[in-house]
Amino acid sequence: MQPITPIKMPNPATTPQPAPPLTAWAKIKYLLTALAGLGLWFAIYWQLHRLAEFLAFSLLGLKPGSHLGEAVLFFFYDTPKVLMLLTLIVFAVGILRSFFTPERTRKILAGKRESVGNVLAALLGIVTPFCSCSAVPLFIGFVTAGVPLGVTFSFLISAPMVNEIALVLLYGLLGWKVAAIYMVTGLGVAILAGWTIGRLQMEHYLEDWVRELRVNDVDIPDEKLTWAERFGHGKAAVRDIVGRVWIYVIAGIAVGGGIHGYVPEGFMASIMGKEAWWSVPVAVLVGIPLYSNAAGIIPVVQALLEKGAALGTVLAFMMSVIALSLPEMVILRNVLKPRLIAVFIGVVGVGIMLVGYLFNIII
Amino acid sequence: MEIKVLGPGCAKCAEAEKIMRAAVEEAGATATIEKISDFQQIAKHGVFSTPAVVIDGQIKCVGKVPSKGEALAWLKK
Repeated sequence: MQPITPIKMPNPATTPQPAPPLTAWAKIKYLLTALAGLGLWFAIYWQLHRLAEFLAFSLLGLKPGSHLGEAVLFFFYDTPKVLMLLTLIVFAVGILRSFFTPERTRKILAGKRESVGNVLAALLGIVTPFCSCSAVPLFIGFVTAGVPLGVTFSFLISAPMVNEIALVLLYGLLGWKVAAIYMVTGLGVAILAGWTIGRLQMEHYLEDWVRELRVNDVDIPDEKLTWAERFGHGKAAVRDIVGRVWIYVIAGIAVGGGIHGYVPEGFMASIMGKEAWWSVPVAVLVGIPLYSNAAGIIPVVQALLEKGAALGTVLAFMMSVIALSLPEMVILRNVLKPRLIAVFIGVVGVGIMLVGYLFNIII
Repeated sequence: MEIKVLGPGCAKCAEAEKIMRAAVEEAGATATIEKISDFQQIAKHGVFSTPAVVIDGQIKCVGKVPSKGEALAWLKK
């Protein structure tokens, strides 16, 4: 469904047709449209606070500084702010992702040694389009093409955990420092956990049929995309992701506002504070059966932090919820023997705990 | 014509199947549509990003839901 820019049919089975080259004028037109759009975006973004004040205080007549007034202001300001950020970033990442396909990523990773491969795989996990339900086919595709097992795991850990939705929400609600910490430590966990699994030489804990599988080498040639089609990808990503996630964002911010108002300060400090050393492993364990996307969990995380929970503990909780999920384990059981699944959970879980303790110590 | 929609069964895979069925009906083509969700079968087709559409043994698209326009164009050939 591409009402605006019909995506040209990629026809991998026959000779791919070269995309018609953009004329200089068309290129300039695209650049100008993009710049104008970006300018408009910033113009609105910078007025959001004033607009929220107008809505809360002038229109609704709430008192500045009053409890309800501040809560409503918070909601009117944060909701459009986060949604606008999400739209812009998802659009940009959608365009970026049109340069990467799982096929291309596999080609890059197939010849790589471990260590270098682990780093590359974790980084490519961010930009390669990936739907969590295709984790198993992708796993098989990588392993049968000669991507080392540990490198494949680095990709599979990073792809769902380090994603633009998590980063935008962390940035919007908690600031760029927390977003950067999450991205760097998330990549770190993916790289180290994958590397460790590679060291453990667990290839024979793949299900037998996977190891015996001989796949005809089907050539799926790269499709050449025009810029119009790449913009189309960006728009499709916005429709898909923002269309799916906006309700969580609004609900999350509303719940966050409620906690903000009614849960006493320091309530979480005794349970999830720094002094409670046992809270990090508990946070990871509790996170495994909980399954949520980044959009649902981050507003909760913000509220926990505000009430005195320690950053490391909260990061560990969040990573565990997103990266280790029971449904994913059940699906992976199709290709992995139980022992490899146990090792996977164990190694990633320990990595996440290390992140938790690290930040509880240094911050 | 033999159409296979490969995908383990998430929302996008169901969407891909729906679009192929609608396209076949619209084009009035005689075709069988089969939904393949077995991982082993999917892997044997050499496909590793889903949903994917295979028509008469030829891979038409991988890793995305095709648009109806695309689907109609494949059916005309």
